[in-house]
Amino acid sequence: MSSTAFPTLAVLADELRSGRRSAVDLVQQALQRAGQCAALNGFVSLQGDEALAAAAAADSARTATAAPLAGIPFALKDIFCTKGITTTCGSRMLQNFVPPYDAHVVEQLHAAGAIRIGKTNMDEFAMGSSNENSAYGACVNPWGSDRVPGGSSGGSAAVVAAGIVPYAIGTDTGGSIRQPAAFCGITGLKPTYGRVSRYGMIAYASSLDCAGVLARSAQDCATVFQAIAGHDDRDATSVERPADDVQASLDKPLHGLRIGVAREYFGGGVLPAVAQRCHEALAELEKLGAVLVDMALANAHHAIAAYYVIAPAEASSNLARYDGVRYGHRCAEARSLDEMYSRSRAEGFGSEVKRRILVGTYALSAGYYDAYYVRAQKVRRLIANDFAAAFASVDLIAGPTTPTPAFRLGEKSGDALAMYAADVNTVAVNLAGLPAISAPAGFVDGLPVGLQLIAPAFAEARLLNATHQLQRVTDWHLQEPAA
Amino acid sequence: MSLDHTAVRHIARLARLAVREDELESLRSDLERVLHLFDDLAAANVDNLTPLAHPHDQSLGLRDDRVGETDRSEELLALAPFSQGGYYLVPKVIE
Amino acid sequence: MSTETRSNADQRGWQAVIGLEIHAQLSTVSKLFSRAATAYGAEPNTQAALLDVALPGTLPVPNREAIRKAIQFGLAVQGTIAQHSVFARKNYFYPDLPKGYQISQYELPVVADGKIAVRVDDGRRIDVEIQRAHLEEDAGKSVHDAFHAETGIDLNRAGTPLLEIVSAPVMHSAAEAVAYMRTVHTLVRWLGICDGNMQEGSFRCDCNVSVRRDGETRLGTRTEIKNVNSFRFVEKSIEYEIERQIRALENGEAIVQETRLYDPTRHQTRPMRSKESADDYRYFPDPDLPPLAIATADIERERAALPELPQARRQRYIDGLGLPEADADQLCADRANADYFEAVLAAVPGQAKLCANWVLGEVAAGLNEAAIDIAAAPVSPAALSQLLQRLRDGSISGKIAKDVFAAMWQGEGSADAIIDARGLKQISDSGALGAAIDAVLADYPSQLDDYRKGNDKLLQFFVGQVMKRTKGQANPQQLNELLRQKLG
Repeated sequence: MSSTAFPTLAVLADELRSGRRSAVDLVQQALQRAGQCAALNGFVSLQGDEALAAAAAADSARTATAAPLAGIPFALKDIFCTKGITTTCGSRMLQNFVPPYDAHVVEQLHAAGAIRIGKTNMDEFAMGSSNENSAYGACVNPWGSDRVPGGSSGGSAAVVAAGIVPYAIGTDTGGSIRQPAAFCGITGLKPTYGRVSRYGMIAYASSLDCAGVLARSAQDCATVFQAIAGHDDRDATSVERPADDVQASLDKPLHGLRIGVAREYFGGGVLPAVAQRCHEALAELEKLGAVLVDMALANAHHAIAAYYVIAPAEASSNLARYDGVRYGHRCAEARSLDEMYSRSRAEGFGSEVKRRILVGTYALSAGYYDAYYVRAQKVRRLIANDFAAAFASVDLIAGPTTPTPAFRLGEKSGDALAMYAADVNTVAVNLAGLPAISAPAGFVDGLPVGLQLIAPAFAEARLLNATHQLQRVTDWHLQEPAA
Repeated sequence: MSLDHTAVRHIARLARLAVREDELESLRSDLERVLHLFDDLAAANVDNLTPLAHPHDQSLGLRDDRVGETDRSEELLALAPFSQGGYYLVPKVIE
Repeated sequence: MSTETRSNADQRGWQAVIGLEIHAQLSTVSKLFSRAATAYGAEPNTQAALLDVALPGTLPVPNREAIRKAIQFGLAVQGTIAQHSVFARKNYFYPDLPKGYQISQYELPVVADGKIAVRVDDGRRIDVEIQRAHLEEDAGKSVHDAFHAETGIDLNRAGTPLLEIVSAPVMHSAAEAVAYMRTVHTLVRWLGICDGNMQEGSFRCDCNVSVRRDGETRLGTRTEIKNVNSFRFVEKSIEYEIERQIRALENGEAIVQETRLYDPTRHQTRPMRSKESADDYRYFPDPDLPPLAIATADIERERAALPELPQARRQRYIDGLGLPEADADQLCADRANADYFEAVLAAVPGQAKLCANWVLGEVAAGLNEAAIDIAAAPVSPAALSQLLQRLRDGSISGKIAKDVFAAMWQGEGSADAIIDARGLKQISDSGALGAAIDAVLADYPSQLDDYRKGNDKLLQFFVGQVMKRTKGQANPQQLNELLRQKLG
């Protein structure tokens, strides 16, 4: 059986520059594959005609020095505003919302010549870990039709894993890039908070939200990261700091790289076989010269509670704008202002979104603010301090991205707490605003396992370097689900 | 932390989410379970720690006082479910 | 009227306690967090940027100039400028609030612990503590009467920068509250941080009013009168509210803590219906906006650039220029006024009182009649000073000067040009003046006879007749001297 997958972005760019392949070919291949994989429900919308037109234009403007992403198709999580193209954020609320502007990330990729073929399925307003909370139906994991792809960037992960596009853009608020990357057997990079502008990215929890990349390899993640990172004065949290040349450091040897193996990340609910795969991947890194250091993150287990206070609190406020006045769903029968608000919102939002809005409203309300919100922000500092202390003696921190491989569709959808608990290893990273990557580390019962590496703020280059070196000597990331 | 129906109604009212009476109990027990998760916060030792509201203790980026947006009212009003004469319309508000 | 109300309240054994929250719109060209224009009077929603209509994915970025203006105010009231202040979200649903929250400052405002000296109409001086001043964005506007069953929403004003200036509850009468509000109004315009235009809503206030029995130290239950936009309405609404509360308490009723609206046609306040009964604003730090850091160097730069403040200038006019307090007060009510005065004075040194008389007299009357600002006065300080020089050197009399000024105001040219053209120069030539006197004395022999018999009052009659004959151009001093000589 021949591979359906694309070669690396570097190879694709080379083929396009030399004229051995055309952008139109690539886009046609992607669209054809998307058609074959329609059952995955990975896309909320496809923009085939626009993509083909852009590809034709790219081909006619072909140069030997074209930008690395020029003419190459990609998929965009439907959380990013796209001018003139419906942007639903996985919600009924925004079923007919056509933004009059492009998100910063969209502008960056457009400027780089990248060609968007469609917008991917996601948990509504990025709230979920299974993609089952989408108003447009669940998305399916290419590794098993009864399995979730993870979430909230489930569609972005599935369409890359299925070989429809070489990469996709996602967002990560509590693991929403890394967890689906792990479940779908691909590489997912969550950059440092503030590295990529949030302008035009629909907010879930503003102090945690971060745009990033899902691709086959760390090398491809590096190429895309380079294109989307950088300062933007339309986002007051965007850092004024030139993005490092992450490509240049990919080939650095790992001799002496200290990798902290966080005990807590292997404890509790982590399936032994998952822990085993991660240890095996770490052993490969050790062979490459890395030094494994046993370490503790004493407060790691408090991250879930802190996250599930802070994220819903911010969300309850961020989602107040969906009131049926200026855009979005409006209850047609509402006769009073209050009815318009409460019925439009009750009709427009799904149950998980409502749950988080209520929880967040509660956590901020008079009498509970100190016990919940303020306390959670203190725990957040505790967790950030733990990371800072750990990074005084290690360069990276490692553990399984998720406690288990992809669970079954419907397995946890009735149990919010079980769903939340599965985010135990990813949420702390967002609380501290750190960069992290999930890379394929083998399989358990035919389902992919992800190894998470966490770096200090702004050390994306180190993450990509370590992962690239691992991927040079292993082939887990090259495995493809049966078509 | 235990919740009663009055509390759930109050929160739903603050959040402007219509809740039917027959949804109330399942919502209540649902929220109560989530709130139990937060009991864990009390177990963390946060003595002498200040709240962290933004990663990296960032400070704020500012902009110069320049007008940089032109009138896009037509385009924006077209997004609205109800508008007339350049205004967004809502059911009558009594002050 | 206001002092009467206070004394009424006092006499009945009650004390009113008043605190004001003044909203001063900062005069920036773009909004506090978006790059839309702040100009007044545009067509509805044409100045509402993507952020101002709260489009998904849009983000706030604060306006540096608004922050600078807040610092200037803080320094002018001797407040503390916070080196770290925090923008918070105040969450509530209202159609003129597109995001569902207002970005404001809550726990850590940019200015704290200021104070301002206020002179009340009855001559007392009170120090009003300014607890805090914070930056926040304005809401949009609801239009109720233009539609049948709907309310129209205009978001042009949404996001306009406001400085909310919160006084301590230390005022005890409507007169004190108005005097405080006027003092702040003068200051913000003096600093150039707010245009003070009350019709356009650039300067308005919420009045917190409570009453308590004399000698009681705890505060009574307060009500808040929202959005009062004239000094007169502030006075009237507070007076009404004090009376209403006293009457209610004397009738054994409790005061409900509530928000009220002032109805200027009936001079009454009434409860607002639209506000949520149990407000729970769920303030929390805005996650889109990390803390605002203000460097000491920036604060010091603003301090150094601060203009001479109205209080200081008033004192200088009294102590240094010897002006009466009333003149100093009037001149310093407005910085442009005071600057105009000083520009005139610079060219007629040592004549502060003369300059003040003219600026507060003829100039003020002209401005008043034409309903224009001093910046638009048709007579410039330089032009006025030329006129005053002619008055000083005896070329013209005070009466003629007023006529010349009127002509200058009408645009007929400079003082010298008008004096020349109309031949208004005073007759100071003793020959010509003597001839005129001789002619008058010849015309009125019987009056001359009476005068010489001792009727001194007739001196003024002869002065008047000579003035008439010389069309008012006789130098009055010289005329007097010569006349006395001739009458011997």
